Amino acid sequence: MSSIAPTAGRRIGDVALTLISPRGAVFLLLALLLVAIAVLNPNFTEPGQFMRFIQRVAPIAIVAIGQYFVIVSGEFDLSMGSLITAQVVIAGNLIGQDDSRSVPVLLLMLGFGVLVGIANGLLTTLLKVPSFIVTLGMMLALRGGVLFWTGGAATGNPADGFRQIGRGGIQDVPVLDYIPYSVIILAVLIAAAVWFAKRPFGRSIIAVGDNAVTARYAGVRVWWVKTAAFIISSLSATVAGVLLVGYAGVHPSVGLGYEFTAITAVVLGGVVLGGGRGWVVAAVAGAFALEALFTLLNFADVPSTMRTSIQGAIIIAAVAYSAVTFGRRRRERAPQTSPGTGKEPDRIEPVSPASARPTPDGTHTSNGG
Amino acid sequence: MTAILSVSDVWKSFFGVPVLKGVSLELQAGSVHGLIGENGAGKSTLMKIVAGVYTKDSGTVRFDGREVDYTHPLQAMRAGVATVFQEFNLLPDRSVAENVFLGREPRKGGFVDNRGMARRTAELLAELGIDFIDPEARVSSLTVAEQQIVEITKALSFDARVISMDEPTAALADHEVELLYGIIRRLQQRGVAILYVSHRLKEIFDLCDTITVLKDGALISSTPASDLDAAELVRRMVGRSIEAFFPDPLPGTERGPVRLRVSGGGNDYIDGIDLQLHAGEIVGIAGLQGSGRTELAEAVFGAVPFSRGTMELDGAAVRIGSPRRAVRSGIALITEDRKAQGLALAQSVLDNALLVIRGVFPSRTRAARRRIPGVLSSLEVSFRGLDQEVQFLSGGNQQKVVLAKWLATDPRVVILDEPTRGIDVGAKVAVYTLMRELAAKGVAILMVSSELPEVIGMSDRIVVLHDGRISAELEPGSSEEAVLSAATGTGALGEVVQ
Amino acid sequence: MTATAAPARRRRIRLDSTVIVYLALIGVIIVGAILVATVGRNFFSLGNIRDILTGMSVLGFVAIGQTLVILVGSLDLSVPYVISLSSLMAATTMAGQPGNIAAGVLVALLVALVIGTINGLIVTGLKVNGFIATLGTGLIISGYLSTTYQGSTGSVPAQFQFIGATGIGPVPISTIIMLALATVVFLFLRKTRTGHHIYAVGGSLGVARLSGLRTATPIIVAHAICSVTAALAGLLLASRLGVGTPTVGSQGGYDLLSIAAVVLGGTLLAGGRGSIWGTIGGVAIFAVLDSVMSVLQVNPFLKDVVRGIVIVAAVAIYTGRVVLERRARFSTKEVRR
Repeated sequence: MSSIAPTAGRRIGDVALTLISPRGAVFLLLALLLVAIAVLNPNFTEPGQFMRFIQRVAPIAIVAIGQYFVIVSGEFDLSMGSLITAQVVIAGNLIGQDDSRSVPVLLLMLGFGVLVGIANGLLTTLLKVPSFIVTLGMMLALRGGVLFWTGGAATGNPADGFRQIGRGGIQDVPVLDYIPYSVIILAVLIAAAVWFAKRPFGRSIIAVGDNAVTARYAGVRVWWVKTAAFIISSLSATVAGVLLVGYAGVHPSVGLGYEFTAITAVVLGGVVLGGGRGWVVAAVAGAFALEALFTLLNFADVPSTMRTSIQGAIIIAAVAYSAVTFGRRRRERAPQTSPGTGKEPDRIEPVSPASARPTPDGTHTSNGG
Repeated sequence: MTAILSVSDVWKSFFGVPVLKGVSLELQAGSVHGLIGENGAGKSTLMKIVAGVYTKDSGTVRFDGREVDYTHPLQAMRAGVATVFQEFNLLPDRSVAENVFLGREPRKGGFVDNRGMARRTAELLAELGIDFIDPEARVSSLTVAEQQIVEITKALSFDARVISMDEPTAALADHEVELLYGIIRRLQQRGVAILYVSHRLKEIFDLCDTITVLKDGALISSTPASDLDAAELVRRMVGRSIEAFFPDPLPGTERGPVRLRVSGGGNDYIDGIDLQLHAGEIVGIAGLQGSGRTELAEAVFGAVPFSRGTMELDGAAVRIGSPRRAVRSGIALITEDRKAQGLALAQSVLDNALLVIRGVFPSRTRAARRRIPGVLSSLEVSFRGLDQEVQFLSGGNQQKVVLAKWLATDPRVVILDEPTRGIDVGAKVAVYTLMRELAAKGVAILMVSSELPEVIGMSDRIVVLHDGRISAELEPGSSEEAVLSAATGTGALGEVVQ
Repeated sequence: MTATAAPARRRRIRLDSTVIVYLALIGVIIVGAILVATVGRNFFSLGNIRDILTGMSVLGFVAIGQTLVILVGSLDLSVPYVISLSSLMAATTMAGQPGNIAAGVLVALLVALVIGTINGLIVTGLKVNGFIATLGTGLIISGYLSTTYQGSTGSVPAQFQFIGATGIGPVPISTIIMLALATVVFLFLRKTRTGHHIYAVGGSLGVARLSGLRTATPIIVAHAICSVTAALAGLLLASRLGVGTPTVGSQGGYDLLSIAAVVLGGTLLAGGRGSIWGTIGGVAIFAVLDSVMSVLQVNPFLKDVVRGIVIVAAVAIYTGRVVLERRARFSTKEVRR
């Protein structure tokens, strides 16, 4: 019957299997990239250098955490990039050179983020508009709104104290030498995300992404769970915006394309579009792998313009790898999924109004919007 | 007359559990062959083997004198063996003609001849005596009966010489059944052989020339319809040893006070529901398909709530407007469609078992997490580990995971909708035993089932639905005939409950 | 399922989604004409109509291809980069020589055809979701563009610029070409097996497979056509600008805008239902909105806000309608899901 405790030998085997499985492959990829960087540029292993690397990753990784929760709940958030832009501009305009405004404006920004998330969530769940469209509309509206407000020009420059969050750090730390604030924020957020993902509510998000009907019949408030995922996503974009103000300054192009970078990172982490599968740490690792890839290309003297091409190739390869691997595993296991009486196996698909969702292994070509 | 299709000594097992044990039958051109038996008798499996959906383990199937072994439904279709499944294979957003000729669109000068396709479809429909379906109409605008006619038309377009129909009347209204009869008689005149799977005795006697009875995967008889009467047919279908199968109530099980009371409950699908459920009681809900069985379960659970009437739980008035309200009030529903409504297939055994707790009672998660392994092992769930995805479990084990999910909430009322559908005998017994144990603890149980032996064998009381209303309330140990007559609402032995 | 199901089986008068799109378009035109009149301008002036039709053509080309891809159940996010690439290919091949026009057009279209076919093969062969596949190929092309071209390159001869600049009466040639292409694609969907199968595969992969369709073919063809129509948009932009530009596609935001236009045109984002004429209607709604806002001198950034709201509102109305329709067509069970 049920053997719950695996043996030690099997556990080691499992770890090895995990590393080549779609779920673990991102960690292997990240390790290889980091080693390659260290070989090309031994300085990279110095704590200070490494900290700066993490500092660079922080905004992408934070956005990836938010996008992870939305994707795993079965939706998309295309509005993240625009929201970052909006928050950056809000900070620039409202804080100005007055340090005392930092805290109230920060609270305002968080509130604004929550509002955007609620709007995305409710439009998706209550009006049943595909989230792809909802967040696309939000993307246009936010970017247009912000540019309208500022007249399209880069305006304002928040007080130095506020910018320190993104570019400052603690100097002269033993061993590590230098700890940027953004690294601390990232570490805290990763820990919070891991904790949250394991909490009952976090598990419910994944369950809703896997099968919303089952979740509803289990008493889960599907609309609220998905809306919460959108709120998390918008808050993470807000935090990323705060960090980006620090070292990128205020400009309407800050945040441009972050939604796709985040989706890339999340997918690289083996999270399946369509929902129900994926680990938040792997999504963060996806962000690290992406940035490590850029760093490596930098050190390898690949023209910076080629970075996007290589990014594109990697993302296709990663998803193809996981689709093909999952597909094979599914075919191998297929006979086991049939129940005993022959009442259900290989049921022929009925006329179904809900053919929109891609299957969990991503083999269906539909977009899940 | 030689047989157009003959099946001889066909065997089929799933996971080593035999589902068909040496079944044989012969279909004559221009005749209707009834295939009848209880749920799990092997009718669907046999039909799917003929259709090329499953491959047989051994035995032979001969079509038109030649031995055949189809591996894809399309292959069978092309050869002239068509099947109309309960779940249609139609594209709702495409026209009737486009569906009929999907993959074989007629061309003229290299281009699809839409007009010719529509004309040809109209001709095929006319051959069936149908003039009210527009070949250009979208399938989604058709009724269920009309969609079924499209499926039959599609079969006809392949020049099918054998057409199998799986419970074709299950979703039809009375006047639509008449229409189907007409179509079947026309097909007969064309020399098509029809394999007609149904639970409804009346239809079988109305239509069939020959009747084959299956029980537990074995052939009981294959005889001309004229040699049989309804009573004899029921006798051949039923009569397995119920006692050995259904455990007795546990000692100490007591019928307690009224736990759930529904008065005058109704919504779009059911009406005038007056129901009392006592603590420690198992009430069986019987009725034909479409009688409102599942709708009643879903109304009590709040999935499709009552819009009329009142509901009381342990004497206090409650309004259950959503599954969440139901769960909070201590009501559990084990749904009919396990994969679509009961499980998150890509999640682990543990995640599924904790689904309700996490979603509704998050503060109890830690305690429930400790209990789950015990609950699973008491249900004898066979799995590799708590982290195994439920999609890789067998149907019986999946159902046990669903049960564990609800047991973790300590419900006061448990509703089971077709709790043993698609699971093996061992798992069935485990489900029955669990029901008895729950009753002994004072849980009130409502069991919806289409399997008469199950309803009769397990229930302390049987409530029979007909046309969305309660038509009878019967004592335990009532005969199948009594349940049937209440279910059909005719008072006469006419149909078998499905 | 007798008396209880009766309410569910009641027929409703159904409006074809394309009809609704055009009703919406008429509504937008009426409201727009009134608004334009309030500032003392004539919405129906030849100049204004020409502006609207011109505004339709580029997005129209892209949206026609995008319609096929969405119908088959995929997405194409690589179109902006295909647009830019084709404008550059054409402009550099032509290099100002009238004799090279045919060669330039051919090179641009061939390159696009190859890209689209690769997109389709990645989706069908490698089983990569269309969203990711085309995001990836889009990035690859984007990297190539910024590596190879520093800015606007090449030049198209005056004869080629003529296409983008002239018209018959108030109707620009480019719009006529676009509408001709829409007609061809309409006929392709209606009169070829592959066209029919695009709907089938997008509607239900399972039913398509059971009917013996080779499901990869329609997906690959849809992607290939989509890239080619994007290249046509690129050619038109090159003709208007006189040069090839590496950022012309991405600046226009044609990936998301074309998806929005298709969905605005009543095509289901999940695939299987929709029409080319609906898409043209969606493109027209965008063009009319733009024109009205321009006449009213609405801040250009505010235009995006209006667009965003219109997209979401329109789709909300469509989905609301679909739910009602479904109630009439499926058994009670289906309705509740």
